Amino acid sequence: MPSLDRRAFLASAAAGAGVLPFLRFLPAQAQGRDTLVTVFGQTINSLDLHRVGTNRASYQVAINCYDRLVGFGAKQLPSGEMSYDYDTIVPELAESWTISEDGLAITFKLKPNATFWDGRKVTAEDVKWSFDRAVLAGGFPTTQMRAGGFSRPDQFEALDEETFLVKLDYPSKLSLPNLAVPVPFIINSAIARENATEADPWAMEYLHTTPAGSGAYRVTRWDQGQQLVYERNDSWVGGDLPAIRRVIVREVPSAATRRALVERGDVQVSFDIPDRDASELADRLTVHSTPIENCIHALCLNTRFAPFQDPDVRKAIAFAVPYESIFQAAAYGRGAPLWGGDEEIADIAWPRPFPYATDPERAREHLARSGFAEGFDVTLSISLDLVSWMEPTALLIQEALAPLGITVTIDKIPGANWRTVALVDKTLDMHLENFGGWLNTPCYYFFWAYQKDRLFNSSNYASDVVHDLTDRALHMPVDDPGYAPLIKEMFAHAIEDLPRIPLYQPALNVAMNGASGYEFWFHRQLDVRPLTGA
Amino acid sequence: MAGAGHPVLWRIVQTIPVLIGVVVVSFVLTRALPGDPAVYFAGAMATPESIAEVRAALGLDQPLVHQFFRYCAALLQGDLGRSVSTGQPVVEDLATRLPASLELTLCALVLSCAVAIPLGILAAVRQGGPIDHLCRILVTAGVSLPTFFTGIVLIYVFYYLLGWAPSPLGRLDFVYLEPPRVTGFLLVDTLLVGDIETFFGAARQLILPSVTLALFTLAPIARMTRAAMLSALSADYVRTARAAGLAPRTVLLTYALRNALLPVVTTLGMVFSFVLGANVLVEKVFAWPGIGSYAVEALVASDYAAVQGFVLAMAVLFVLLNLVIDLAYALIDPRIGFSAK
Repeated sequence: MPSLDRRAFLASAAAGAGVLPFLRFLPAQAQGRDTLVTVFGQTINSLDLHRVGTNRASYQVAINCYDRLVGFGAKQLPSGEMSYDYDTIVPELAESWTISEDGLAITFKLKPNATFWDGRKVTAEDVKWSFDRAVLAGGFPTTQMRAGGFSRPDQFEALDEETFLVKLDYPSKLSLPNLAVPVPFIINSAIARENATEADPWAMEYLHTTPAGSGAYRVTRWDQGQQLVYERNDSWVGGDLPAIRRVIVREVPSAATRRALVERGDVQVSFDIPDRDASELADRLTVHSTPIENCIHALCLNTRFAPFQDPDVRKAIAFAVPYESIFQAAAYGRGAPLWGGDEEIADIAWPRPFPYATDPERAREHLARSGFAEGFDVTLSISLDLVSWMEPTALLIQEALAPLGITVTIDKIPGANWRTVALVDKTLDMHLENFGGWLNTPCYYFFWAYQKDRLFNSSNYASDVVHDLTDRALHMPVDDPGYAPLIKEMFAHAIEDLPRIPLYQPALNVAMNGASGYEFWFHRQLDVRPLTGA
Repeated sequence: MAGAGHPVLWRIVQTIPVLIGVVVVSFVLTRALPGDPAVYFAGAMATPESIAEVRAALGLDQPLVHQFFRYCAALLQGDLGRSVSTGQPVVEDLATRLPASLELTLCALVLSCAVAIPLGILAAVRQGGPIDHLCRILVTAGVSLPTFFTGIVLIYVFYYLLGWAPSPLGRLDFVYLEPPRVTGFLLVDTLLVGDIETFFGAARQLILPSVTLALFTLAPIARMTRAAMLSALSADYVRTARAAGLAPRTVLLTYALRNALLPVVTTLGMVFSFVLGANVLVEKVFAWPGIGSYAVEALVASDYAAVQGFVLAMAVLFVLLNLVIDLAYALIDPRIGFSAK
């Protein structure tokens, strides 16, 4: 796959050229504007998140053009960056909600003045239809709905025009937040039904190209593979009316070109820029680098591989990994370190630094104590889709393990194949992994990455104790006195057993030139609603 | 060219087995690729059940032979299937993306020929002179500089530093409205509706990517022109023509160049088909919504219908191109005729 290497080179070529002084082209302070141009490197392939095959970049349409019942509030991070706030649920289409005593029923009261773009009132029937669609469509939306405890249409009921009831099989702290993720968005069911056919009862064909919602923006133009144009919906009641009237989203695959565009000020927002560009542009433009919540770049050790069944081998590796070099070479220092933490687990912050740091002496001691004192051969697998961070990381690990007598061979696996071998078959002995959970609690991360047989548990970690602890913690409220002890115990096992060695917490980088108001979101898409000019 | 209609038709009929071969091979090859589209499109969070649902929705749970016959039956009705990643019929995708690539490639080739052919002729006439050396430098540079690098340098100098070029944002800056689609070629469509302003807007966007591609294609054309001209100029008929006292211009253009054009046209055909598929990198750098990036994205996602559609479209294009080149041969050299074959 030479094109990937070339792209990486191309990015660095432009970055190298970037050292020259460009200051005379820094644009004059832009005045209040009502049109913003944003660029990003991915491509939007559908305007309907529920469709089979809709990619991650397309989720932004669900965010900007549709409303959910509830949303997340905003907060300022200690770094000064703005972020969504997982702990504050705010109304979007729902005016208020009540949770029953036993936690098994949530009743939503819809905003009486909420209308779809065509002027029709948003009713509980629309919500019911949309939620039914999400749990029945199959694929990703159905899986995500299940995380909140929603799996069947009979859990949703429209009590009257403005009252909507959700019934749960078990109380869960994940239910309400899971209604604020992009998936359960509310569709104008009258329009959708008109365009549904027998073969396509959920109007996937129609909504794929023609959104029908009530959101802050509507799509006025979509040239697939080129651009998407959002136009503000002035009668939006889901939140504060956005400041920008029109937002143009352009797709520019080349990182070097994106960089030139934002530096010249021809575009105001360059979303998801490479770490390297972020570190170089930081003193010239406004660059937001937010560590991605609940996301960890990790080195995974597969328990099926004999040497990794030896705890001393695992610890030897954890002490041999050159964390700082990896953080600098792969992430250009963007994100947050996850090594050198305290031995004592005092809080339940996650991702958290593990109490390991680069210490070749201790690595040698551990290996000498293990059954593999002479070292062994192992293959370190990486995904070709993620070479930008995985390749430098793998090379540094290879170099650091060589003195221990552990000979590492690096194997690059094509992106289309990665998921099958790494996550489904779980056959990779040693590999890099980047799971991040949408719902921001440690137990949710453990559910996907540490519980036995779960998809992202690519290390085949099978600890009955951790499995059980995760099950108990998953739906328990965070403020329950029993919660923190459970989580701390889970942490202790993860640190001791080391199926995944955390390397660092990656960052999402956004460069802005002539715009502000950026907020970080767990879904890693651009929410254009809070943006302002200049 | 009287009476060429029938042989041309015969040539077209001859291409049918080729196309059938392409259909079979592209079908088998896409299935042989590593990667499972059902897994890919079910998304990272998918469960085995949701993957099975996706597999059934894509019709991939059927036996291969069954899938193949369904594909062929649809093909006969002009239906190339539906791309899963774009969610649109492949025919529609190709219809929007192929013209973008063709327009860029054609502009680049016209530009390239306008420079390379005179340069090659001059280099051959003044062999060893400064022009010959200039030709050699240009050719070496053109071949050795990868297109994405030339593209980035051009953007850096003409857009970033000098600010002469428009934003490298694809075929049309967003201040212009795209003309109604007739041919898909913006330069043609804008003129059809008489929108001169948009025409120039589209032309401005074309300049940098065309120059990038032209620099790359310059080399084979200039080299081939020079070589063919050298052998033509040393041929007996040129010596005879000179001895007969014909004007140097007539000797050069009528006698030598016309004979030298055959290999040049052959090269041109090869360069064209090669560049059309290979300008992915230029498309990426200039955010050009062309066929190359479409094919690469489809391949990465194991989007069978899109990959097959792309291969088939390229095969048809290639067949047509060969036909045109054969016809051009007959025009250039009357000794070559279809009826003679």
